[in-house]
Amino acid sequence: MMRFLPWAYLIAAFVFIYLPVGVLVLFSFQEGSLPVPPFNGPSLQWYQTILGDEDLMAALRNSILVAFGSSAVAVALGFLAAYGLARHVLPGSALIRGLLIAPLTVSYLIVGLGLLIVLTRSGFGVSLWTAAIGHVVINLPLAFAIIYASMGAQQQNAERAARDLGASEPKVIVLVTIPMLLPSIAAAFFLSVTLSWDEFIISFLLTRFDVTLPVEIWSLLRSGLSPQLNAIGSFVFLISVAVVLLLELTIFRKGRQ
Amino acid sequence: MSKDQVRGWGFVTPALLWTIAFFIVPFVVMGAMSLASLEGRTLVWDLSLANYAKLLEKKYLWRAILVSLEITLTVTVISVVLAYPLAWIIAFRVSPRWQRLALLLAILPFWTSYVVRSYAWLLVLAREGVVNETLMWIGAIAEPITLANTRFATVTGFVHFFVMLLTLTIYANLIQLSPNYRRAAMDLGANAFQTFRHVILPLTLPGIVTGAFLTFVLCIGDYVTPQILGGNTELTVPQVIMVQLGRRADFPLASALAIVLMSIVALAYLLSARWLRLDRL
Repeated sequence: MMRFLPWAYLIAAFVFIYLPVGVLVLFSFQEGSLPVPPFNGPSLQWYQTILGDEDLMAALRNSILVAFGSSAVAVALGFLAAYGLARHVLPGSALIRGLLIAPLTVSYLIVGLGLLIVLTRSGFGVSLWTAAIGHVVINLPLAFAIIYASMGAQQQNAERAARDLGASEPKVIVLVTIPMLLPSIAAAFFLSVTLSWDEFIISFLLTRFDVTLPVEIWSLLRSGLSPQLNAIGSFVFLISVAVVLLLELTIFRKGRQ
Repeated sequence: MSKDQVRGWGFVTPALLWTIAFFIVPFVVMGAMSLASLEGRTLVWDLSLANYAKLLEKKYLWRAILVSLEITLTVTVISVVLAYPLAWIIAFRVSPRWQRLALLLAILPFWTSYVVRSYAWLLVLAREGVVNETLMWIGAIAEPITLANTRFATVTGFVHFFVMLLTLTIYANLIQLSPNYRRAAMDLGANAFQTFRHVILPLTLPGIVTGAFLTFVLCIGDYVTPQILGGNTELTVPQVIMVQLGRRADFPLASALAIVLMSIVALAYLLSARWLRLDRL
């Protein structure tokens, strides 16, 4: 009896963890208009519906744009800051690091609220651009921390060797530092992409007409349960999972070897 | 300033400027805004603590703070209690070959938007949903019971999310423990429970506290889960903040609530700082 208890617990835990996701995906293939038992299907009608929905497709394009754009900026800024702090002696470097990490300690709602106040008071207004700015704010600390943590003495020796052989600093960065740090740069980038892709509250506060996918799903939620929501929700979930699995299978696996 | 320093500043400045312009400045403006007030529809910068006084006077405001604290503490405790055995089983019962996969699978649905995850729980807990259907099928209940749009639903949605997070932090702590500690305790005559209580538990406290702190911070600041899953009878602080922004456009009061939310998080940080290992994640 006691021998099976851990396995029973493991199975129960996995049922709990996968129950909502399973129900979400299963009833996205529902035939009929209610995503609750009994299951009649499978049918792809709801996937056809979302593919034909102009608003959803526009939101999808916006989400991709914001995720990749904001992650690229966050990783570029994070890399430069990490390089500057790891390779140059600066006064007050602990303070700078603290300042760059600070947005991590504040909830997304408060980051979004602060930006919203400044943007509306200054008359700038909100748009897809401002949501992307917000996503850079929350992803920059992560990108910086990941890349900074991976800058070790090993790369520094290679950089010194390149410099001794006459390479200028920009050349050293492009030809030595970035290739050696590529795994952690890619990890930071894809982590930012997933977080931005899933993020709701900042996008909700800082967009108006052009919205991202989670915001569009939010407004569809008002009309209640629908297999169409299951279909688009399953799609959002599967993309996040695909990016995370990609990270795990390529970058982290290599990193451990 | 040396040439080396000038170059160093050149690399750091873009990120620093971004953080100052889009995080520090908005934050300071929000702090100032919490001291302003609304007269009719116009904003008055009167530098008063009126908004903070309102938090104590108006019942719906201090109720929200209490509701948020209650929900967050409940969620944190339940999540730790459920996640610890799961992390334990993965670390010590699952063979090393499959551990990585088991852990990956256990935290995969963590990577879902709050919106999608909460909607999925709404489906599961709906009147005609899977849980009600199953309970009626096995004969536990005769009529469907109300599960969605209650505090129970909010807590369930949160616990689901944070069990995954805590499993990760506790697992990371457990596998760092040398098996020698356990052997030494056993050799000295401790039984399994005593070994756990006096040796393993204290050694895994950093993993528990780190995960619990993250749970607390993310839970108390979330608007989506209680808004989708909770009932209309009680509101959390983030929900009240959003109400201020929407209907009344009362930015000063929303700012004051945000500052209170941050103060609660800062307090939680101070209380747990002794055991926190945020750098080890």
